[in-house]
Amino acid sequence: MRQPKIIVVGGGLAGLMAAIRAAESGIPVDLFSIVPVKRSHSVCAQGGINAAKNQKGEGDTTDKHFDDTIYGGDFLANQPLVKRMCEAAPGIIDLLDRMGVMFNRTPEGLLDYRRFGGTLYHRTAFAGATTGQQLLYALDEQVRRHEAEGRVKKFEGWTFLSAVIDEGEICRGICALDLRSMEVKTFPADAAIFATGGIGAIFGRSTNSVVCTGSAQSALFQQGVDYANGEFIQVHPTAIPGEDKLRLMSESARGEGGRVWVPRNPREKRRPKDIPESERFYFLEEWYPKYGNLVPRDIATRAIHRIVYQEKLGLDGQAAVYLDVSHIPREILNRKLEGILEIYEKFLGVDPREEPMKVFPGMHYTMGGIWVNGEDQATNVPGIFAAGECEYQYHGANRLGANSLVSCIFGGGLAGTSAVKYVKNLEKGATAAAQAVYESERKRQEEKNQKLISQEGSENPITIWRELGDLMTEHVTVTRTNKNLEVAHAAIQTLQDRYKRINLSDRTRWSNQTLNFARELENMLILSRVITLGALARNESRGAHYKPEFPDRDDANWLKTTRARWLNCDVQLSYEPVDISLIKPRARRYDAAK
Amino acid sequence: MAETKQVVVKIKRQAGPKEPSRWEEFSLNWRPSMNVIICLRDIAENPVTSGGQKTTPVTYDSNCLEEICGSCAMLINGQARMACSALVDHLDQPIRIEPLTKFPLVRDLSVDRQFMFDSLKRVKAWIPIDGTYDLGEGPRVSPEVQAKGYPLSHCITCGNCLEVCPQVNQHNQFVGAAIVSQVRLFNMHPTGAMNKRERLEALMGPGGVQECANAQNCVKACPKNIPLTESIAEVNRDAWKQALLGWLLG
Repeated sequence: MRQPKIIVVGGGLAGLMAAIRAAESGIPVDLFSIVPVKRSHSVCAQGGINAAKNQKGEGDTTDKHFDDTIYGGDFLANQPLVKRMCEAAPGIIDLLDRMGVMFNRTPEGLLDYRRFGGTLYHRTAFAGATTGQQLLYALDEQVRRHEAEGRVKKFEGWTFLSAVIDEGEICRGICALDLRSMEVKTFPADAAIFATGGIGAIFGRSTNSVVCTGSAQSALFQQGVDYANGEFIQVHPTAIPGEDKLRLMSESARGEGGRVWVPRNPREKRRPKDIPESERFYFLEEWYPKYGNLVPRDIATRAIHRIVYQEKLGLDGQAAVYLDVSHIPREILNRKLEGILEIYEKFLGVDPREEPMKVFPGMHYTMGGIWVNGEDQATNVPGIFAAGECEYQYHGANRLGANSLVSCIFGGGLAGTSAVKYVKNLEKGATAAAQAVYESERKRQEEKNQKLISQEGSENPITIWRELGDLMTEHVTVTRTNKNLEVAHAAIQTLQDRYKRINLSDRTRWSNQTLNFARELENMLILSRVITLGALARNESRGAHYKPEFPDRDDANWLKTTRARWLNCDVQLSYEPVDISLIKPRARRYDAAK
Repeated sequence: MAETKQVVVKIKRQAGPKEPSRWEEFSLNWRPSMNVIICLRDIAENPVTSGGQKTTPVTYDSNCLEEICGSCAMLINGQARMACSALVDHLDQPIRIEPLTKFPLVRDLSVDRQFMFDSLKRVKAWIPIDGTYDLGEGPRVSPEVQAKGYPLSHCITCGNCLEVCPQVNQHNQFVGAAIVSQVRLFNMHPTGAMNKRERLEALMGPGGVQECANAQNCVKACPKNIPLTESIAEVNRDAWKQALLGWLLG
């Protein structure tokens, strides 16, 4: 009997969960990751993971979690699978607890829960303010066990270049690059699960890690895998600006009582501690009395932009507002938020237990991603599955805080189970695919490398990347106008032309990071067009997508999913209806109870 | 026009494991809150030395840039630390940057820390769950145990504790403080404790916990403030207890 094999690309929460599920079912897994999986970007998640366990006796239910998620996402998510995720969430917490995650505890030894944005319930389980790290490690440890017992083989330090797709349009494996030897190699498999995370690098600076370039998603897109709702980009309201990255200050700071404010007087010179309550403007609390500091991220981000750019109340005239936890007792801060407070202290040299933090919104997450079918994480190309941030289906037009970790683990697990089912039912496996299919893909990729390494040119890839990031951040994040989006799209195309003339300052064949970056950049440029064109076309405001020219949600014309396709080397947009069979869309507002 | 303040950086370069090493000096434009990663990125954009020589961008490991992924450990002015949190304004210049020395070199500042991940396998650093299907809640854990375990679970496998340990050398395969501390973490957990014996045994052979010579450098080098020496003392005690018990019971 033929022994099927599954490839997982990406070693964050979704990829690891997919690998565990596949390994558990007895199918061998090859796991590919650019970095050792323990260093994946999931490690950066801070605040917690949502599950309606109702452990505070508030009457929380999975249905309420479902409604908050759909409402928070401004009704753009297909509903049935979101419902399943919310129903599965309490079981996911139990599983993580069994894996030994050091969650915060109540005096009785039960898991503690805190509040997060976009809900009125204590629904977020947490391990201090380093929940992502703790969850990633738990799954990393389980995968290491499967690895030690021979069910998983890791390829760390390899990057995905392309899928191997045969003449029947079925995925038969992948082509990858060894980042040390720079060897290009193909790997046969009966199914490939992609869990390649976020796309922050397209925006230059973001809260994402260096590896979050969206390069894999873009490569798949260029091979015929559709991409959905690309225009929905989450800008997190509270990040610390930095030249190399925007460091996240978790929503949990507000979940534990942190308050956002600016001095009422724009010429205020006193130290924040010396400014009396009456002269502080707690604008989120005033504007959104019901949810206050815990409005969803798109709302909080736009409010901060309004304070800085329209009301001109930014701190010292700069793009910054206070995020204040200094009124909360030290003991509580250290027990529940230490991880993030240490980041602030380390990088800015100020103790946020004493002084309010200075923060500003920063690009954080993509709601859009690889199109999947709403049932089993399958893409439109047979044999290719996707899970985690790289796919689009759980968060609609805006993701609620602490829903990302649960969607990664739920989606990853589902992708693993689905891929197992798929490979078992496959009539002919990868072993039946012609060797020529692999060889021609390998050659195609090797030739790309060869061309990049040998070509003479005048353009530097890092310079092009910086310009792309500035363009995207300026025109394609919080406030969008059609004029600016057109400018941005034209400018990206100019960057694509300049890309053709790039010159690599490193032409060696050993651990050449410049070559890899150049390849990622080409893919980033294409994906940035998908995002920009999606935003340009969508003439309404919904969730994180905000166009002052079209300030309202327009369900009559735009309650639909954007589906981008690569046709004749260009981006083509089409639309499909959203499954709203379970909750009827209603107006979304956070100044009153919904 | 006033001249821009310069940052002078000296980097130990090596094209590959078998290539000779050399130093290169770079002069970069200073900016506020500059860290070592920003220096390396500036060099990548314009790889020219202070002497005007064209060179290649520096190969180095990095990912999260907020000191939680463990990638960017290197020697900065002789100290093993994370490059992302090494702020230029707090460093003496010229800033000397070298790769960690206790791990096989890949290129320039990039090293291979697979030894640590292999060691985690050796000590079975996991909770052996029956499966991922729904088996109900985990065991109750008191807030006291959580408060002890949580700091241990912060280990980012950066390797700094191995770098500074005199017992990690060519003649000794000591697994290092990070791994010993993980054993303590898993042995502390109610389910993990069921396999305590196995983990301690894995730490009793060559390279095990007894190799520690109590230099106590590890705890000072740990970027996550993990009480490593406390972990070593506790695991050492448990290992002795187990060995003695084994001997008594024959």
